[in-house]
Amino acid sequence: MNELALLLAATLASGTPLAIAGLGLLLNEKAGILNLGAEGMMLVAAIAGFAAAFYSGSDIVAFAAGAAAGAALAAVFALLVIWLNTNQYATGLAMSLFGGGFSAFVGVDLVGKKLSDRAPFEVPFLADIPFFGPAFFKQHPMVYVAIALMAGLAWFLYRSRAGLVLRAVGESPESAHALGYPVRRIRFFAVVAGGALCGVAGAFLSVVYAPLWVEGLVAGRGWIALALTTFATWRPARVLLGAYLFGGVTMLQFAAQGAGVDISSQLLAMLPYIATIVVLAIISRNPLWIRINMPASLGQPFHPG
Amino acid sequence: MFKLETRPQPSKLMSYASPALALALTVVLAALLFAALGKDPVKGLSIFFIEPLNGLRGVSEVLLKATPLILCALGLAVCYRSNVWNIGAEGQFVLGAIAGGGVALWLTTIGVTGASSIYSPLVLIAGVIGGMAWASITALLRDRFNASEILVSLMLVYVAQQFLNYLVFGAWKDPMGFNFPQTKTFDASTWLPTLIPKTRLHWGFVLTLVLVGGTWAFMFRSWRGFQLQVGGLAPAAAKYAGFSARGSLWTALLVSGGMAGLAGAMEAAGPLRQLTPHLSVGYGFTAIIVCFVGRLNPIGIVFSGILLSMMLIGGELGQSRLGLPNALTGVFQGLLLFLLLACDTLINYRIRRVVKAPPVAALPNVQPKGAQ
Repeated sequence: MNELALLLAATLASGTPLAIAGLGLLLNEKAGILNLGAEGMMLVAAIAGFAAAFYSGSDIVAFAAGAAAGAALAAVFALLVIWLNTNQYATGLAMSLFGGGFSAFVGVDLVGKKLSDRAPFEVPFLADIPFFGPAFFKQHPMVYVAIALMAGLAWFLYRSRAGLVLRAVGESPESAHALGYPVRRIRFFAVVAGGALCGVAGAFLSVVYAPLWVEGLVAGRGWIALALTTFATWRPARVLLGAYLFGGVTMLQFAAQGAGVDISSQLLAMLPYIATIVVLAIISRNPLWIRINMPASLGQPFHPG
Repeated sequence: MFKLETRPQPSKLMSYASPALALALTVVLAALLFAALGKDPVKGLSIFFIEPLNGLRGVSEVLLKATPLILCALGLAVCYRSNVWNIGAEGQFVLGAIAGGGVALWLTTIGVTGASSIYSPLVLIAGVIGGMAWASITALLRDRFNASEILVSLMLVYVAQQFLNYLVFGAWKDPMGFNFPQTKTFDASTWLPTLIPKTRLHWGFVLTLVLVGGTWAFMFRSWRGFQLQVGGLAPAAAKYAGFSARGSLWTALLVSGGMAGLAGAMEAAGPLRQLTPHLSVGYGFTAIIVCFVGRLNPIGIVFSGILLSMMLIGGELGQSRLGLPNALTGVFQGLLLFLLLACDTLINYRIRRVVKAPPVAALPNVQPKGAQ
């Protein structure tokens, strides 16, 4: 019973960075921009956050640094794809390759460094409930922020006027442009905000989840977050659900090892990636289903006049 | 204010000038970065762009590392021209190395003997099949399940890497290897013969150049290649002409998987002669940059492959001579691709200075003649 509680707690923690990044990418994609650079942005944000936490000792500063790094890279990406009309796939790939190299380069001196210990967080009173307390209420605050973020994003996209405009830009930039909305500026803000969220996710990985820095720390989570938006058919609540599902699959390998299952650790380490492929294939199976839910202009450049 | 104006037709000149411009800008930024790191920019640049070509040994090493880059990039060019976004050449490379290396290990275990290279064709063929098999997973999931080839091919890179780890840490580990994660050294009869004595450059380089010609002929002189390109440029037109989109998908992925697999087997049977967990230094990913810098053109890819190979070696030299982190190569590679994409804008657009017309009310109050 106690093990199950710990497994649930670990699942929440490992799903949280996927959820935050996935929600950020969802915001991008709702505006019609596909950012394949998520992995690179998360890597640079992870080292920025780790360095900030190492030198300042504050989580808040670390998350701010991560968000700033993610937003800055996203702004470069946005300038290229929105104003220079570069190919979104190629530019995103460039971002992922650049982020991998750049994070390894600036992080050389921080490999193997340890962050100072900090007090474990728990929700007052609720953390004392047997089973539920250790499972759900002894998490880093960012875990709860991710849930609030999902609710906030769902409200923004489907209940606010600004969200309606954003979705219109993603569905039909021509119509939004004809109505007088500044399509490019809206897309720019969506991409930068999404990048900032990817940055927070990256900082969470290096500062809270790991907590350490090694080259390639993100290990494909940026790509899994990209797959999550498809998995969720572009709905915020399903992004969160999918993130916890993948978090659970990641944790399953440790649980299996703990239970003494005789499978090599390398084969177990494939699980999250294979799960992503399988789930992606199942969700994408029906082209109509994807076409109905996907923002219609996703990946298409828009060049007014 | 500057404005981008669509050109009446894409500029041929800019499509060739853009890589040169991007390289020049990368060099400028690299010089600034060296200066910021407190190193002599001239020395830094020469280590990255001149010293790798120092002497026969230097040139042969550049060509040795260019070989897998060129091969992977050739396959990717076929994919990208067909609008198939295979970004998993790295995984296909690793599987080629596993398949080729597996055959070499098997030949070693059953105790074949003979001169160098008698069995190496078998090793290379196994590599091609391994790479094709790995790429066909992506093709199958795209074809049957409509799953994004970008995400599937990329996820398969991680799976392939873990599979390689599984083999070299486990079943295929050399029992006499002092517990290092590596296989036995293959028997000499499976090695790729070297091209120039006393260097590591092997006949795979020549085979690669032959494939450059073959890919060029396939893309620009064959009916199938034409169908692929039409499918990439205008899917609707291809459909109307009756060209099979599924056929294009499978062709592109099998060709690129086969080439990446071949590159992997060459790496295993050429310079390495055994399997190790780090047998690829990201060749499959660097090849994406090679492919774009080479304008998705087989001939261009030869030059960009050599350029990126120099940068790989420059990174190692920078580490040993200037104490710079090896990851600097990755920074330069990423920068080069970014700048290239930005410069490519000038192929389809030109920059126009827009002078705002003064508002009508501000015009001098000219009265028409004879109106008084």
